[in-house]
Amino acid sequence: MTAMMTILGPLVMGAAFGFLLQRGKVTSCNVIENQFRLRDFTVLKVMGTAIVVGGIGVLLLVDTGNTKYYVKDANMLAVALGAALFGVGMVVYGYCPGTALGAIATGSVHALVGALGMVAGAILYALSFDWLKAHVLNVWTLGKVRLPDVTNIPDIAWFAALAIGAGLFFWWVESSEARQKRG
Amino acid sequence: MTTITESYVRETPRTARIDWSPYLVGAGIGLLSWIAFAVFGDPLGVTTAYSRIASLFAVPVIGPEAVAQNAYWKSMPLKWDYGVWFLVGIPAGAFISAVMSGTWRLELVPDVWKERFGPSIAKRFVAAFLGGVVIMYGARLAGGCTSGHGISGGLQLAVSSWLFLAVMFATGLGISALMFRKR
Repeated sequence: MTAMMTILGPLVMGAAFGFLLQRGKVTSCNVIENQFRLRDFTVLKVMGTAIVVGGIGVLLLVDTGNTKYYVKDANMLAVALGAALFGVGMVVYGYCPGTALGAIATGSVHALVGALGMVAGAILYALSFDWLKAHVLNVWTLGKVRLPDVTNIPDIAWFAALAIGAGLFFWWVESSEARQKRG
Repeated sequence: MTTITESYVRETPRTARIDWSPYLVGAGIGLLSWIAFAVFGDPLGVTTAYSRIASLFAVPVIGPEAVAQNAYWKSMPLKWDYGVWFLVGIPAGAFISAVMSGTWRLELVPDVWKERFGPSIAKRFVAAFLGGVVIMYGARLAGGCTSGHGISGGLQLAVSSWLFLAVMFATGLGISALMFRKR
């Protein structure tokens, strides 16, 4: 890849991502908070569609030898603890790290304050890394596994189930939102 | 006529005038993932690059020696790689989208927060900062965020990422119910 591509490529990809996040309204703290209050399902709609559309495409790309999987280690204890903290932080902050960066650029000053908090969080993590490595990171590790590996259910069945599940769920959300609007 | 339009623009909430379907946005992010996998071999993600950059901020706080000696930053040194440029692109894209859609607004205290906790800017800033600390610590412990785990890992059917999604949403719902409970 040329030098130009190694900078311009990710810049354009990031900009496209930021653009989509803003258009999808998920750079709004209100939208994110209201997802967790079950009053606005925008976050799940965006994420669910991204996972189904992205997943089927990436599955085809892997099957045709055009890419490979980049699966993160299943360090179950660390992921569970981290995700629990993440859920708490996301509700208190009102953003996740990616949407926060987008929100800063749309004028959210409190997102910028939280981004400084995120820097502090990263520093705290680095400082506690040795202890975590000794006591948390290597507890209940499964390696880079995928659901089809551990369940013996093929990829295509997972995506069929996900697509149908998401479709039904969103259909239900849309119809109850329409009912609410009619009041 | 112009004044009516202008006052409409000023008074509508920052998200009211972006009317892209969340499903369209989700599909767009899915499509972006295909490119990320097939062209760049680098799935969408935010916090890995974020913690690389955080090491810069750590230098004045804990000293250059401590940063250089830190085991975590040794495994994840600051380098201007794909992820870091991707991160720079996010606010750029969100800014373009906000300006184009006329939804750029200074926001000190979001509406959802104001309704529940009042208009105090200091209170909101402290919460945003602390939320930021917790969310980034959690993201690093889990090995990813809503983008890296939630979308990129979710679409690969990674075990770690679906555990992340489940725990993150569960704790988020719980904390949100506590935070926004009716007094």
